[in-house]
Amino acid sequence: MFRYYLRLALLSLKRNPILSTLMVAAIGIGIGVCMTALTVYYLMSADPIPAKSSQLFAVQLDSWDPNQPVSEARPEQAPWQLTYRDAMALRESDIATHETAMYYSARIVVSENEAVPPFLAWVRLADADFFSMFGVPFLYGGPWSSEVDETARPVVVLSKRTNEQVFGGANSVGSDLQLDDQIYRVVGVLEEWNPIPKIYDVNNGPFNDTEDIFLPFSLAELASDRRSEGNTSCWKDEDITSYTGFLNSECVWIQYWAELDSPAQVREYQAFLDNYVREQQRLGRFERPLNNRLTSARDWLDVREVVRDDNRVLVSLAFMFLAVCVLNTVGLLLAKFAGKAPQISLRRALGASRGTTFAQYLVEIGLVGIAGGLLGLGLAFLGLAGVRSFEGEYSKLAHLDPVLVGAAILIALLSSLAAGLYPTWRACRIPPAAHLKTQ
Amino acid sequence: MEIRPILSALLRNRTGAVLIALQIAVTLAVVINAAHIVKQRLDLIGRPTGMDVANIFEVHSFDFAGEFNYRERVRGDLELLRNMPGVRAATVMNQVPLSGGGSSSGYFREPEREGPEVAGNHFTVDEQAVDTLGVSLSAGRNFRLEEIDYMDLDNVDVDSVLVTAAFAERLFPDGDALGSTIYSGGGDPLTIIGIIEHMHGSWVDWEELDQVVLLPVYVEQDFVRYVVRTEPGRRDEVLGIVEQKLSELDRERAVRGVRSMEELAAESYRGDRMMAVLLTAVIFLLIAITALGIVGLASFSVKSRTKQIGTRRAIGASRFDIVRYFLVENWLITTGGVILGSVLAVAFNLWLVRTFELPKLDFIYIPLGILALWILGQLAVLGPARRAASIAPAIATRTV
Repeated sequence: MFRYYLRLALLSLKRNPILSTLMVAAIGIGIGVCMTALTVYYLMSADPIPAKSSQLFAVQLDSWDPNQPVSEARPEQAPWQLTYRDAMALRESDIATHETAMYYSARIVVSENEAVPPFLAWVRLADADFFSMFGVPFLYGGPWSSEVDETARPVVVLSKRTNEQVFGGANSVGSDLQLDDQIYRVVGVLEEWNPIPKIYDVNNGPFNDTEDIFLPFSLAELASDRRSEGNTSCWKDEDITSYTGFLNSECVWIQYWAELDSPAQVREYQAFLDNYVREQQRLGRFERPLNNRLTSARDWLDVREVVRDDNRVLVSLAFMFLAVCVLNTVGLLLAKFAGKAPQISLRRALGASRGTTFAQYLVEIGLVGIAGGLLGLGLAFLGLAGVRSFEGEYSKLAHLDPVLVGAAILIALLSSLAAGLYPTWRACRIPPAAHLKTQ
Repeated sequence: MEIRPILSALLRNRTGAVLIALQIAVTLAVVINAAHIVKQRLDLIGRPTGMDVANIFEVHSFDFAGEFNYRERVRGDLELLRNMPGVRAATVMNQVPLSGGGSSSGYFREPEREGPEVAGNHFTVDEQAVDTLGVSLSAGRNFRLEEIDYMDLDNVDVDSVLVTAAFAERLFPDGDALGSTIYSGGGDPLTIIGIIEHMHGSWVDWEELDQVVLLPVYVEQDFVRYVVRTEPGRRDEVLGIVEQKLSELDRERAVRGVRSMEELAAESYRGDRMMAVLLTAVIFLLIAITALGIVGLASFSVKSRTKQIGTRRAIGASRFDIVRYFLVENWLITTGGVILGSVLAVAFNLWLVRTFELPKLDFIYIPLGILALWILGQLAVLGPARRAASIAPAIATRTV
């Protein structure tokens, strides 16, 4: 029966090519606009580490100014980052399964190869656990040993592109690499890795590329010439006259993540943080009310408001656009079915029930929906190419994936069915006798 | 006018009319709000920056050999840059305005963080910065060559500053900023020696973008950021060879990062530009869809009323009467649509304002939108109406 309906539907669509084209175009354009807006939104809010996003926790301590919260707009919040001294203190704990302090910096790569001129590379200084926590894939070698986290050694992990740039893509593990005026030993080379959003550090461009080079966090202490290139916020008047002074200051600039595998572990870690802060309060620091926060990676993107309001506005406008397209299709279908009254009457007179007539026309409308969905995907493809032409983060946030393709077809089907329901219902209510008489 | 019969005919056959009216209502709501956002973004992008953005670029030099002499490095590079043909001025800055990178701190009128605090986006510069950025002083004087000191990063401590008028007004509402002393946190006093009429700072989405403070100091680091202003129209020519010229001066360092201020600003406004372009596309597509919908339904209505139109023609209605009938009918439907649409537009805007803190709708958009949709409706219905007018009166006498 379904195949018969399908054939009837195709025939009917062919009989009225202009109306059919207009309907497919209306649904198609609506879907195209919707999917363009939705894709950017969906990719912006994607969970980049679904396997671990409920075990990884961003750590916040409220070390801010006793006189005012860190953000007047969100007074319940603590600073997003930690001070160096607090990060160093938290690293001493062994409650968390894994943990890492980290920050964003830069180094100059000086290659032995004359053909590769020195270049500025973006660097993440992190603890060895960083790689396993965030599921960073290695092409060659692996992370440095955890002893390096205690006693700094000049070792380095390269991103795939940096390894290609400097070593032509060869296995460079064990090779030397000069950063500024120091020699480092390569211990690992990463696979292509680009989490979107860059969840481990949304302070410094949530859609930026991953760093070119990874160095042990333990080197931070010695890196007075190459400091953090990331967001650094200070509130206290401190007479900072040296790098050591900066490291001991109340400035926050370190991101801190802990992997906590069970609720009990989360509670234990929270208690540890609170105890640490109370201890510091006795020493005259942390004068604000206790506000230490553990936020899972899953919630972190929401808390950090990574999705821009603009993208939400675009999505809401796009769905209103789709609503206009659906209304348009309702009108076109009414017109189409009105012209079919004699045919419907004939079929009904010959014994087709209202239900079967209804089903038959829904198949036809479904067909319009699928065609519209396919056209919409094509248009979304063009729309996303347009979005990509803005470059920057948009070149990463404008790609269709299978989920989105499925969503497009589903939305197209749903909107065409929504458009078809009333016209079909009306068509099926036509009293057959009236139309048969005039013929 | 025969409004009443048209209206009663409309009411008898409501569905099509209601659909078009609804479509027009949603279209109006979307178009008005989208146009409002587009206008607001274009205004944002087009704000006067106070600087000669079109003729400025940056270039970095970094030393990696360990031992190097900052003063010699900067002196040599600046001499070369300033003497390049086509270059008007050059300076050393910690960051470039409009680039999204920068530093800010709180400034006070009293020492020890007493009294009101005003945020200032500060840049370290030398005496050519005013000319390099192309900003103009509305009061006071520029830095003198001998006022520019060399300091290390942890010990920046200057005596005098230039501030923008917007910053000065916030900290000194009575207008006595020039010559006054200000404090950055608990630091030493800074004297305001000059007021910059207007200048944008680092972050284009910052509300206090025009609160800028210039500090006269060379910060001794192995990474130096030069900012260069060329003669009008000669930027690309100078920008093309600057990397090579600086490298030739000394090959024991790397010269990189040549970027025009225009490019940096465009990146900062990327989101706003995308919003403006996408929403403009949405507006045009939506208008096209709605126009097609009107044409479609009007054509259908002409077709189903063929006999009636023929009858009217047969009993004396002119072609113009027929065209007018459809125009008036469309006008009535559109009017219904825009009335509902105005309410929807305002409601939608309120929701946008409340949820996303978008600016409130300027009410001038509503009459403009209504006018546009009236015209759109009339134009869209004109084709079908003229086809209706060409129906021969004789059709009335046929059975089908």
